[in-house]
Amino acid sequence: MKKRTFLAAALAATMATGVAADGHEPTKVGFIYVGPIGDGGWTYEHHQGLLAVQEEFGDKVETMYQESVPEGADAERAMTQMALQGADIIFTTSFGYMDPTINVAEKFPDVKFEHATGYKRADNVSTYSARFYEGRAVQGHIAGKMTQSNKIGYIASFPIPEVIRGINASYLWAKKANPDVEMSVIWVYTWFDPAKEADAAKALIENGVDVVLQHTDSTAPQAAAAEAGGVVTFGQASDMSEYAPFPRVSSIIDNWAPYYIDRVRAVMDGTWESKDTWDGIAPGMVEIGEITDAVPADVKAEALALRDAIASGETHVFTGPLNKQDGSVWLADGETADDGALAGMDFYIEGLTGDIPN
Amino acid sequence: MIRLEKRAAPSRIWAYLTPVVAVLATMVAGGALFALLGTDPWQAIRTIFWDPIFGEFAFYYRGQLLVKAGPLILIAVGLALGFKAGIWNIGAEGQYIIGAICGAAVGLAFYPMEARWLIFPLMVIAGAIGGFLWAMIPGILRTRFNTNEILVSLLLVYVAEQILAWMALGPLRNPEGAGFPGSRNLRNYESAANTELFAGTGMHWGVVAALIAVIFAYILLSRHLTGFHIRLTGESPRAARFAGVNPTRLVLFCLGVSGALAGLAGLFEVAGPSGQISIDFNVGYGFTAIIVAFLGRLHPVGILLAGLLMALTYIGGEAAQATLGLPAAAIQAFQGMLLFFLLGFDVLTNFRVRFGARAAA
Repeated sequence: MKKRTFLAAALAATMATGVAADGHEPTKVGFIYVGPIGDGGWTYEHHQGLLAVQEEFGDKVETMYQESVPEGADAERAMTQMALQGADIIFTTSFGYMDPTINVAEKFPDVKFEHATGYKRADNVSTYSARFYEGRAVQGHIAGKMTQSNKIGYIASFPIPEVIRGINASYLWAKKANPDVEMSVIWVYTWFDPAKEADAAKALIENGVDVVLQHTDSTAPQAAAAEAGGVVTFGQASDMSEYAPFPRVSSIIDNWAPYYIDRVRAVMDGTWESKDTWDGIAPGMVEIGEITDAVPADVKAEALALRDAIASGETHVFTGPLNKQDGSVWLADGETADDGALAGMDFYIEGLTGDIPN
Repeated sequence: MIRLEKRAAPSRIWAYLTPVVAVLATMVAGGALFALLGTDPWQAIRTIFWDPIFGEFAFYYRGQLLVKAGPLILIAVGLALGFKAGIWNIGAEGQYIIGAICGAAVGLAFYPMEARWLIFPLMVIAGAIGGFLWAMIPGILRTRFNTNEILVSLLLVYVAEQILAWMALGPLRNPEGAGFPGSRNLRNYESAANTELFAGTGMHWGVVAALIAVIFAYILLSRHLTGFHIRLTGESPRAARFAGVNPTRLVLFCLGVSGALAGLAGLFEVAGPSGQISIDFNVGYGFTAIIVAFLGRLHPVGILLAGLLMALTYIGGEAAQATLGLPAAAIQAFQGMLLFFLLGFDVLTNFRVRFGARAAA
């Protein structure tokens, strides 16, 4: 009896990996996640992308994913595993998967790889990222207007250009909205650790901060702000609307779904090729989550106008005159930052205090 | 009524049987958990325990088993020496990190010189010394100031993690890495790479070192005076003192050896499977090795088997996530059950279960 059930299960497993109704093998799509799919932030949004791919293609695709994969040797195994299982395209959704992705891609030249937020590409490895800093400018504006104490806090993850860009963009636009604004940054060295994020939020709040921005993925800072009362936060990577209308007053949402659908379709059509994608508000990869009524109507209108101006290209987030922290000139009057400078940004702009850990 | 009665002497049969019973109980309870999650428990257990060794892609997984088990065994063997003597090094994770940093730093210092015969051995030595010195901190604090080595070694893990982040962002950062954290990839630097000895087998120098450590630990414990001292101290510290055991030397020896082995494990990992010093380089081998040491009954051969079993649950667990869609948390709960049942059934080694009321005395 036992043995029969065992064989039946094995048989069912073989059948499940069979062919689709129209006789075509389904395209297999794999995702490697750095956090749990329930993080409510970064990984959650990537998983929404997976679900959108499923929705779009139905039984023409077969999706698989692995969550909370450490960035290193384990990631390499997770990717190899998916490639062995016959994945046609694998999305590796964290910066730390860069070298593992390149290594595995070398061994499986027929499998397409897509690495998020990295800079190494190969014939079968594309990279993609979102211009989160565009959303940060909008957040910065709201933050500058909302703060009563003129103190803004920022929970930063790792000192990589992506994060530094976000800090600079928020600070720059907060300062434009409110010249008295000061910003303190706490580095937590994690993308997702509710305990550390909550500690950081509490430390900021105790120091008089009443607007907390974050580049980490959990809703712990929102919970800490709700507990403290009167502290404004923003959803990061995901809408985090369970904390709306307050303390979460708006959010940056990463909408990966259109990109993922696009790339999976390219694999199906045989038109996939290696490229680098860096999209912002205009194509919809970065969305500004609903600005709640906790924000005064005029501030909300200004924030939406700023969003639209960035989308239309009328406003560039980093436009000179702009100095670096040490006072040296970065952008001359009217000059805008080019993508190369943004991609490698490793300095604070003038007015920010503290050092980038180094 | 059920009650426990202390055995006069620990049961030898149960000492060997508990790990097996614990694994079986984990399969049953884990299977029930998977069934509740809507996954066929037979298929889940098969994916975790059978497929990596005998399944379609076993050619790849078998090698990965060694890659994953190597550092676990290497660290656990060292820890077991101390645990046997009642010396609790809980901070192997920190020693692992420092060993990796020291070894990698030596390798990177020579970049791009080509001299494998010189650079790689120097890295191995640096890795062992790094782990050794990091373990000497709790060692000396314990022997000098009678501090608790459990606390000191554990807290030093967090210090080591901060040093790791600093190294990845600062001194060891790849100068050609566009400002991103993380060192050069040692695997791309031939003189420093801990490559597979036979392509596709997963067998690298760290696995070899783990096997050698198992053999040495076995000889030490069964044939050598130090091994006798370790066992004696663990069983009866008072008797050990009468027998002329120097407790200071024993503490330093056990912590030093376990630190050096953990440092070696870190070095082999950073030069091989992982490839680079990054902020998230450590993934918990030092802590998991504590479970492995106990699962292997603190016996070197037992640890060898326990390390392979633990690696199997990791690799099979990952496969179950990807192919069956089981959540990562379910796999972690499954691994947790293993330790839980082991400790639970361990009671039977020292106690006898009696049914019925206590007989009138």
